[in-house]
Amino acid sequence: MNLLVNIRIALDALRANKLRSFLTMLGIIIGVAAVITMVALGNGAERRVAEQIDALGTNILMIRSQSRGSAAVRTGAGQVNYLTEADANAIKAVPDVAAAAGSMFGRAQIIFGAENWNTQVLGVDHDYLRVRGWALESGRMFTPAEVQLSEKVALIGTTVANELFGLSDPVGQVVRVNRLPVTIIGVLAEKGQDMRGDDQDDTMIMPITTVRSKIVGRTYSLPNQVHTIMVSVTTSEAMEQVQEDIRQVLRKRQRLRPDEDDNFGIGNLSQFIEARAETQRIFNVMLSAVASVSLVVGGIGIMNIMLVSVTERTREIGLRVAIGATPGQIMQQFLVEAIVLCVLGGTVGILLALLATWAFSRLGDWPVFIDATVIAGSIVFSAGIGIAFGFLPARKAALLDPIEALRHE
Amino acid sequence: MSIIEVRDLTRQYRMGGETLTALNRVNLTIERGEFVAVMGPSGSGKSTFLNQIGCLDTPTSGTVLIDGQATDQLDAAALAALRNRYLGFVFQQFNLLARTSAIENVMLPLLYSPTPRAKHRAIAMERLRAVGLAERASHHPSQLSGGQQQRVAIARALVNEPKILLADEPTGALDSRTSLEIMSIFEDLSQQGITILLVTHEADIAAHAERTLFFRDGRIQEDRRQRPVSARDALATAQAALGVAAQPAAPVSNPAHSA
Repeated sequence: MNLLVNIRIALDALRANKLRSFLTMLGIIIGVAAVITMVALGNGAERRVAEQIDALGTNILMIRSQSRGSAAVRTGAGQVNYLTEADANAIKAVPDVAAAAGSMFGRAQIIFGAENWNTQVLGVDHDYLRVRGWALESGRMFTPAEVQLSEKVALIGTTVANELFGLSDPVGQVVRVNRLPVTIIGVLAEKGQDMRGDDQDDTMIMPITTVRSKIVGRTYSLPNQVHTIMVSVTTSEAMEQVQEDIRQVLRKRQRLRPDEDDNFGIGNLSQFIEARAETQRIFNVMLSAVASVSLVVGGIGIMNIMLVSVTERTREIGLRVAIGATPGQIMQQFLVEAIVLCVLGGTVGILLALLATWAFSRLGDWPVFIDATVIAGSIVFSAGIGIAFGFLPARKAALLDPIEALRHE
Repeated sequence: MSIIEVRDLTRQYRMGGETLTALNRVNLTIERGEFVAVMGPSGSGKSTFLNQIGCLDTPTSGTVLIDGQATDQLDAAALAALRNRYLGFVFQQFNLLARTSAIENVMLPLLYSPTPRAKHRAIAMERLRAVGLAERASHHPSQLSGGQQQRVAIARALVNEPKILLADEPTGALDSRTSLEIMSIFEDLSQQGITILLVTHEADIAAHAERTLFFRDGRIQEDRRQRPVSARDALATAQAALGVAAQPAAPVSNPAHSA
């Protein structure tokens, strides 16, 4: 009498009650599938956030001007502008700052032939794409000379290219931005949605000088103004110190009194994303915990059915004792049956989870990531549930009085 | 040495504050190969006695010796081994596993024995052939008649070549002709030297044994030796009377005559 024999007996017993075995397993199947799917989705989301942090460059600060006035009418962030190229240059002097570049943005109507499209126009320096890690699909980036001379050149995202040019090549074509004729010199590689779900490909990039003087800047009086300043810091450890140093530099440059609030904001994007990652982690743990509850409920289902099975097979137990089974062997038989039930359910649950995650990633375009340890862990866990919830029924079977058991109707 | 020796065997039950004495200082010796019928009204202690011999129950006091081994000296594992190798059980309700084929039912005791697994099927098949059911090996109990089911149960009881066969009203659920078939199998087994204890409340069934114990109020009231009535002859007579072609039940010892 060994374990293998008991596994065979268990399989026979489960086969004898196919529907009931399946329904009992369903609790474990759903539990395991839920846990693995949730963990896979959670891990996927975490990885996507991590990728975003990498794509953004981890050590980036964004500075934008903020509301003015403290008692009278206050305006919203970015609506009034105090920042200039000079501020950006002053920031470059702060220790541990690797680079600081201003940018301007506004919206404009782009017209090409009979087509037109409203999009965001971003005015930046010549090295913007390199800092953002943004590739070109075709054409080229503008040169430092073109920036200096406020040349009427632009790069467009794929969304704009599709809307205005369809399948034809935009490079070399001249479009009108509001009323200004502008030559398209390049198309940006497709980038998809950003963290907030905005289409990053619905954009036009031009030299900051051109945008300032000819697209959006004309209504402002401040020369060399910029909307935002993007600062990259040498190391992530220096971030906080640099942020504080920049604050002091800007307060001095804006001539703020000590009791006045900052009229600019310094955003730490990686901090923001890390907070998101942390939220995601907490969310993952909670989802897994909820899914685990269904596993426990499944385990209780197993115990319930095993108790029914012991009662139903009381005579069988009596007979087995009469023909020479020890109480230990009877206990092992029912324990093995519960474990087999759970491990079978767990295996089906894993297959179901693989199917579900595949569907999520393929059809729903969700990021998923399945860890081998999660799969191994859920097999071990479901076996553990079998032992934990099978113990009571198995003990009950082993303790039956064989004479009573044989008389049982 | 006697195969079964019972000394001062007492078994009491507590039932709602009252003490019920099912067996009261029973003394008995059964020799190897004896065919013993156990009779008595219900509640006389005959089933309790059989369970004591079968090591399914422990005595309140007294001793049961199986082949010289005092059963009260054995632990659970040793008792299980004793049941497995020394004893074979046959029940009134057959107690076959419903969703298991005849041959697998017969193989069941082998699972708990040291017999190598590879031999199980062949041994079980041989036993089935001995009770004349070789061609029904793959049938499930529900596809077999009562007599056939009891023959499967007998094959199961014999599969580990026990020294003692314990039968608790084995014909209680069968008609008289089938009962005779079963009894003629017991007769053959007895002739092969297996010790048989058979509990029954039917005198004509007990008449096939060589010795009858009458239980009353937990004691052996009468221990009678008798000349057994041949079940095989009775079966032939019964079949002739019914006009059925004489079809003797298969002699257990000779598989070649299997029906």
